[in-house]
Amino acid sequence: MPLLLLALRRLALRLPTLGLILVGLFLLLQLAPGDTVDAMLAQMGGGDPALADRLRSFYGLDATVPVQLGRYLWRLVRLDLGQSAIYGKPVLDVILERLPATLLLTLSSLGLAVAGGMALGVLAARRADGWPDTAISLLGLLFYATPSFWLGLMGIVVFAVKLAWLPAGGLQEVGTGLAGWAAVLDIAWHLVLPTATLSLIFMAIYLRVMRASMLEVLGLDFVRAARAKGVTEGRVLVRHVLRNALLPVVTLVGLQGATLLGGSVVVESVFSLPGLGRLAYESVVQRDLNMLLGIVFASTLLVILVNLAVDLVYARLDPRIAR
Amino acid sequence: MPLTRRTALLAGAATLAAPQLATAQPGPKRGGIVTVHINAEQRILNPALRASTGVYLITSKIMEALVDLDAAGKPDPMLAVSWASTPDGLTHTFALRPGVKWHDGKPFTAADVQYTAMELWKKELNYATTLQQYLVAVDTPDDHTAVFRYSRPMPQDLLLRALADLGYIAPKHVFAGTDVLQNPANTAPIGTGPFRFVRYERGQYVIADRNPDYWKPGLPYLDRIVWRFINDRAAAAAALESGQIQISPLSSLSLADMDRLQKDPRFEVSTRGNEANAVENTVEYNCRNKYLADVRVRQAIAHALDIPFFCENFLYGFGKPATGPIPSTSKAFFPATSKPPYPFDVARANALLDEAGFKRGAGGQRFGLRLLPTVAGEDVPLFATFIQQSLDAVGIKVEIIQLDAAGFLSRTYKDWDFDLATGWHQYRGDPAVSTTVWYRSGSPRGAPWTNQFGWQSDQADKLMDDAASETDPAKRRALYADVVRVVDEGLPVYMAIERQFITASSKALVNANNNPRWASSHWADLSLA
Repeated sequence: MPLLLLALRRLALRLPTLGLILVGLFLLLQLAPGDTVDAMLAQMGGGDPALADRLRSFYGLDATVPVQLGRYLWRLVRLDLGQSAIYGKPVLDVILERLPATLLLTLSSLGLAVAGGMALGVLAARRADGWPDTAISLLGLLFYATPSFWLGLMGIVVFAVKLAWLPAGGLQEVGTGLAGWAAVLDIAWHLVLPTATLSLIFMAIYLRVMRASMLEVLGLDFVRAARAKGVTEGRVLVRHVLRNALLPVVTLVGLQGATLLGGSVVVESVFSLPGLGRLAYESVVQRDLNMLLGIVFASTLLVILVNLAVDLVYARLDPRIAR
Repeated sequence: MPLTRRTALLAGAATLAAPQLATAQPGPKRGGIVTVHINAEQRILNPALRASTGVYLITSKIMEALVDLDAAGKPDPMLAVSWASTPDGLTHTFALRPGVKWHDGKPFTAADVQYTAMELWKKELNYATTLQQYLVAVDTPDDHTAVFRYSRPMPQDLLLRALADLGYIAPKHVFAGTDVLQNPANTAPIGTGPFRFVRYERGQYVIADRNPDYWKPGLPYLDRIVWRFINDRAAAAAALESGQIQISPLSSLSLADMDRLQKDPRFEVSTRGNEANAVENTVEYNCRNKYLADVRVRQAIAHALDIPFFCENFLYGFGKPATGPIPSTSKAFFPATSKPPYPFDVARANALLDEAGFKRGAGGQRFGLRLLPTVAGEDVPLFATFIQQSLDAVGIKVEIIQLDAAGFLSRTYKDWDFDLATGWHQYRGDPAVSTTVWYRSGSPRGAPWTNQFGWQSDQADKLMDDAASETDPAKRRALYADVVRVVDEGLPVYMAIERQFITASSKALVNANNNPRWASSHWADLSLA
């Protein structure tokens, strides 16, 4: 059980950080001019101040900032994230509605990025400085340098508008009443372009790290020993080199779990996916404080969980760490 | 002009004839799904509680107003079949459509009208709170008659034109006795319209299906309307091109895409069907600023802007110079002889600035101003940059301060912390609805898109007050022509460019864009070819 203890200890260590982030964000948002009622009036195309005052007291915005903060923290202690101003229902419900899309997008992108990055990295390292290596490195650089919104839009133009192979956006075909496997396939179909878009940039990073790490391990004594003992080249690569070269990539995956969530804001907007990223953006624009704090809370938890998972994988790859 | 019984009957007869006319047209057929682009999530789907084009775009198919506007811009009977007014303008009687049922099966009666008018329009609905402030009571002598009584004269033409937007009826049996802001029917609307609300999937779509019991026999044609939320303009254009959506209303695509799709034979990209949705690009002056307090400076700034050049090169021709707060599409009020009051004239602008005593200093600069652009269409930031560069030529250095919608609103209209602002003035059929508020003094601080400019003219105030309660349409028209003249001269706001919203729609649609507020109308007659 040392592993579980380790996990719990890390979790406990992160709780104060979470609190600090939430209070900091709350105060930061007070600095932004305008509140959710202003945003609402902007969308409504105007309204009189008496109405605005009534709405402010409805949303509890007529209290002073310390009082609002106090109310928020008190609710948080009771694990109540409050009501969303945009959606008029509990923040938790809205987040749970949106979480699946984001999780699906980020996890499949992460999976694709790691798998692709590893494969390409190994391939490049095997023939270091040969033409496959140059080609792969060049491609990696290209993907890394391309902004994801542009990549996404180009994907839409080519594969949805011109070729009509893939849908241009959305999570599913609206109102078709698909069920079971048909619905799953439909969602998968809609996620092809967004997943590819989001994963390409990360794949570029992983492949470069993987290549460097492979080259480093390939030069170590135990590899020479393995070869000397007559192990086939494929077996050397997979059993001996790959496993040791994976550690830096796993570290990176943990670090980038958060970045991936951030990147999904852009991709979700371009592909009109109902995920947390787009929700966060809308909450900022609409000054929906409770919603935004709720999202930060949820994504912080997610990042903590990803890091936890990374710790566990570490321990699996390198038993010395768990000890 | 009080309507006689004969005109009322004629109006009634016209609606009875409408369905036959529609079926006689080539093309319309029953069935099919139309998907519509909407660019922002709506918090509330109740047009009796929130007056905005985004809310109408969805709910006008589900809920209905007393009247709509027909192709000629005249009041079109919906839930009201006829109306009559007393000559003093204090009493307006509406005969309501019999045999109409709410989507939950309950009958629609005068009590619904009474409740909606007194509890929602008068107390909660933006713009209607002002419009209906002198509404004393709505009497219901029987189930199908609603009598509106006012304490000050209400011109019938103003009331009818305004009711197309501000006259949606909500079901009393759902709202009465509840907290109206929290009522679940605000996001799951129950109406009398041609389509029944099915579901609202946040961040994705809203679905409404055909109402089989609709009061217009044989209508609607479509089985279903789906509204999809797409907030990325480029992605929306791709969705239109790939056939995922058929309609993108209210100028929701990028100007470049609209220009491109205009040449595509599959689509109609035009302002048709938006005649009642006029928008003007504004230059708003904070008259408390020591430079802008001088009317000559405000006029000089207007003279410095080459509006035709901007329309041609930045708006792809979707716009023309405005002549004042009343756009040329408003047939009932547009002063026929009016011209753009401040044509492009740099020499005149320089002369006015010199005259005002603000000579060019070091580096040819006179003074500096801060400009706050609102967040509306793509045109607003373009126009802000255009203003900046144009004013540089006459020696005024402009700093652009870009905020988001909430920030702009509170800083400009609540904190008055701006020198120049630019955004949209929306004209809603009658100057008394949302136009004169831009000039009437005494608007409470914090009311957006009203006179927060520190400008006051007793003459303009009197003219606007008189016009708002003048029951003779000809006299009202003359009064508003005077208003335009006075406010163009005093210039607290320069109404620079006149535009209409642009709709991009598939040509496979039959009966699209066929009335002046089409995006906000019922679509019962819309069908796929």
